[in-house]
Amino acid sequence: MSDTFFSGAPHWTWFIIPYFFVGGLAGGACFLAVVLDWFGGPEDRPVVRTGYYVAATGAILSGLLLTIDLGQPLRFWHMLFQSANFPAIMFKAWSPISFGAWAILLFGLFSVLSALGAMSEEGRLQAPAFRVLHRGALAKIVAGLAGLLGFFVAGYTGVLLSVTNRPIWADSPWLGALFLASGASTGAAALILLAPRRGATEQSLRWLSTFDSRALVVELLVLVLFLVSLGAINRVWLSFWGLLLVVGVVGLGILLPLRLHAQRRPVASAAKLVLVGGFLLRLATMLASEGISRFRVAAGM
Amino acid sequence: MPEPMGFFTDTTVCIGCKACEVACKEWNQLPAANGGLGELSGDSYDNTRRLDGIHWRHVRFIEQFKGPYDGRWLMMSDVCKHCVQAGCLEVCPTGAIIRTQFDTVVIQSDVCNGCRACIAACPFGVIDINPVSATAQKCTLCYDRLQVGLEPACSKACPTDSIQFGTITELRARAHQRVDQLRAQGVQAQLYGAEPDGPLGGLNSFYLLVDKPEVYGLPAHPQLPTRTLGRSATLTTASAAVLGLLALVGLRKRRMEEVAADSSGAPPLPPSSHV
Repeated sequence: MSDTFFSGAPHWTWFIIPYFFVGGLAGGACFLAVVLDWFGGPEDRPVVRTGYYVAATGAILSGLLLTIDLGQPLRFWHMLFQSANFPAIMFKAWSPISFGAWAILLFGLFSVLSALGAMSEEGRLQAPAFRVLHRGALAKIVAGLAGLLGFFVAGYTGVLLSVTNRPIWADSPWLGALFLASGASTGAAALILLAPRRGATEQSLRWLSTFDSRALVVELLVLVLFLVSLGAINRVWLSFWGLLLVVGVVGLGILLPLRLHAQRRPVASAAKLVLVGGFLLRLATMLASEGISRFRVAAGM
Repeated sequence: MPEPMGFFTDTTVCIGCKACEVACKEWNQLPAANGGLGELSGDSYDNTRRLDGIHWRHVRFIEQFKGPYDGRWLMMSDVCKHCVQAGCLEVCPTGAIIRTQFDTVVIQSDVCNGCRACIAACPFGVIDINPVSATAQKCTLCYDRLQVGLEPACSKACPTDSIQFGTITELRARAHQRVDQLRAQGVQAQLYGAEPDGPLGGLNSFYLLVDKPEVYGLPAHPQLPTRTLGRSATLTTASAAVLGLLALVGLRKRRMEEVAADSSGAPPLPPSSHV
């Protein structure tokens, strides 16, 4: 029996699962927006702006979900500053939850600045000060930082789970890569669904659709590697969560969208399925482990 | 600087009286479970069942019965192991978990914000949320009593000296002596967590067991949570590089197609219509 079966469940459930999904989606969308911002053309601007809006909204929502989930929400700042020695910084580079707290804060800051730049670009903010956020080198640097931090947030959630002593999570080093690939695919799916309202061009949507297909293939490969690395631990999937993983995540969330992309069906249907699959991936991996209780294992139940 | 202090629990003399549980609850003013209404496990005399935020001591009952006249009870008073390399302390993002001058591990309840990272990090499942404070809590090895020269409440209350308190050096010597004594009597005794070069640098609360650690609900090879950090971060970074490359390759391919279409005089693609 793996030694991870003797640890206790942290009760990371109904706020943390949506946070992992929203954070991944926002990070993936931001990264793709930055790629188009830096290397795309004028025809990609509607997708770029949508990406920054999705990123800013997702980052703020992520921060709120994380804070509400704390036992003492008003002490959220203890993760950022030393409570007994304010304003000394609280940071542990070897603790994913510590550097994750800083990453979400900074991702929120830079993505909100880029979203303000996008609003200025659309003429919704008239003040000249905001123009520097969508034109010139400063705008590119701010967006670049938002994209990097966004991708970091999408992946660190999986690393955070791996750096525990819980079954499934700590038994494989692939969760970070899996959540990152899922963040990229759900980010692309969110942009495919939302960007047309802002006038996204056919070229941009086709690029997003192609990227989404490739990200789904990467996600499937990483998922297989994740399961292989679990070895004997895989018996925990002989449950409802295993069924959800196979049918919901692999079937509905990866294989069916890939088939729809291959058949060149309307990309919105595939995108919706990718979003459902991304959420179910977090749900299955979180709750399959949360359900394993130390005292039941010790009692042979 | 005081010497490292801790517990040596000799499970062979535990009688399951639960005086340690009561003394711990009383001294630390821990609330009753289930509003004070007794909840029976139904399959054991062990009704506490686990360590958590309001049970910092737990007398585990292990009932090994092959038949009505062939069996034994193993009893072990479980507690935080005060690991020399503590996973909870390692991951705590608020600095609420500290190592004291006695080499014990203590959660400062006024600093903890209840993120629960320590619960998942502990290889022994010791920590949980105390619903009254809404923060993570566990045994403090009676830090308040130690600071004024008193013995922890549980070991003070233990009527059989199953729980022994003292300096780690002294406890280790006593534990090895007891193992030798038991082995001379034909009992398969072994120490768990007593060796400084063992898992987690040794445990400041270690045990004498007469069966495999798993039987007592203890992991055979407890490890630090950060053991996967390097591999996990590397694989995540590598997959980020792959995804970034795929995005750029797609963009480059699109550019090449546009250039090819421009040079052949084909009309530009229409605006979005297929979503």
